[in-house]
Amino acid sequence: MINRFRTSFLAAPYAVWVLICTILPLFYILGYALTNDAGGFTLSNLFAITDAVHLKSLWLSIEVAFVTTIICLIIAYPVALILHNLKISNKGFVVFLFILPMWMNFMLRILAWQIILSNNGILNSILSAIGLPTVHILYTKTAVTLGMVYDFLPYMILPIYNALSKINDQVVEAAADLGANWWTTFIKITVPLSKDGIISGIIMVFVPALSSFVVSNLLGGGKVLLIGNVIEQEFTLARNWNLGSGLSIILMIFVLLSMSIMNKVDESENGGMLV
Amino acid sequence: MTNVKKGASYLYLGLVFLFLYAPILVLIVLSFNDSMSRTVWGGFTLKWYMNLTSNDNIMGALGTTIRITLSSSILATILGTSAAIGIHYMKKRHAAIMLGATNIPLLNADIVTGISLMLLFTRFTPLGEFSVVLAHIAFSVPYVIFNVLPRLQSLSEACYEAAMDLGATPMYAFYKVVWPEIFPGVLSGFLMALTMSLDDFTITYFTKGAGVNTLSTMLYTQLRKGIQSELYALSTILFLLAFILLLVMNFKKDVRKEAKTK
Repeated sequence: MINRFRTSFLAAPYAVWVLICTILPLFYILGYALTNDAGGFTLSNLFAITDAVHLKSLWLSIEVAFVTTIICLIIAYPVALILHNLKISNKGFVVFLFILPMWMNFMLRILAWQIILSNNGILNSILSAIGLPTVHILYTKTAVTLGMVYDFLPYMILPIYNALSKINDQVVEAAADLGANWWTTFIKITVPLSKDGIISGIIMVFVPALSSFVVSNLLGGGKVLLIGNVIEQEFTLARNWNLGSGLSIILMIFVLLSMSIMNKVDESENGGMLV
Repeated sequence: MTNVKKGASYLYLGLVFLFLYAPILVLIVLSFNDSMSRTVWGGFTLKWYMNLTSNDNIMGALGTTIRITLSSSILATILGTSAAIGIHYMKKRHAAIMLGATNIPLLNADIVTGISLMLLFTRFTPLGEFSVVLAHIAFSVPYVIFNVLPRLQSLSEACYEAAMDLGATPMYAFYKVVWPEIFPGVLSGFLMALTMSLDDFTITYFTKGAGVNTLSTMLYTQLRKGIQSELYALSTILFLLAFILLLVMNFKKDVRKEAKTK
């Protein structure tokens, strides 16, 4: 017999770790958020979000994150479906090709988009070569959204692909045998059964998109100020850690809020990993 | 599938691959560009590759990156695997609490994780390479745990007990029965931790302190001054190494499969 009680102590080092490196830091950030530089209690760091500038960047972040998530979902679902239906022996290899770009430094990849999108960049050279009007989207919201879609697309593809591989093919065949056409089968069987993957994908794209500050720095050129940029500036330039912490808490609340909405959609959720 | 549909699917996959790999292609081309400008093609050169090893800045950052990535992912794998085994044998209620806490770094925004760790670290230790390693372990342990746990859950306890009944010591039974079963989970957890650590910028940026630079944070500071072209060369090499590694792993798997079918 395995001594369950004794074996469970293998998790003891991790339990200590969680307390120090996961729970305690959250109390620290909360502590900074609820005090001023003199150390007195205040709520003003939290209410600072109602400041017009902060409110505008929060709203912009939500908008960009929302659009990014929708575009990722629209691009990723067919990719996952095609990969799933691919009749080749080493499917794993093709799936891995979607992760491989992550091994090229992400900052450099976004920088490459800067080069592609710039006014006399690669995209415009191609467009004018084939006689189409050029586009000027670098340093706009569009470019930031494009960069985020690019960066987070694999996070949408993989969970949906995993969910699709768990579907029992016989269920899909049964629907077809019972006379459902491709579209009905897709809407009534495939999509509902891959719901877990869709929800994981949405969370894994929306949360980082909501809080990103690097993509907006590089492709927004300082003109697209997301809430992540505001927080970063409070810590690096303004050196107002209390205000930065307060805004971080607000960001956290929005992350939790969006996740609880997604969990409402997914009542069948049974805990576990999101990846 | 009809041929038209098949063709359309391949075309679609191809377009998405083009989207994903276009920037990488641009960077690879830049690594051979004999011009300081990013938008002008000045002819083919290998000088950035030649100069690479004599650029102390880049070599230093590469060394730091490798040290941080390897030590944090190895430590995270050890900590996470033993945690997963412990959690698996815990009472349900306790396991649920541990898993809830494990989800926090996964769900939290990177910037919040980075800042909260920085606030903690500045109190107890000077920021530097050590604090970055701690931070990287903090965000990569969950990936290990969630890769190992499912393996444990599908493990039959009877085998382990049979080994014990036949006179194996607990260590021997673990090594011979449990370990081979959970190893694929440990490996994929390790690889995920490695990838996350290598690709991280935000958390490193906030916990590194002055003077310490990984490739990502060095790039960020260079963005304003202009990127050193050697960096394109270095990342091309790293990318090709990953690609070759992938090909080899894939080839090996094929060979094993063939051996099995024979």
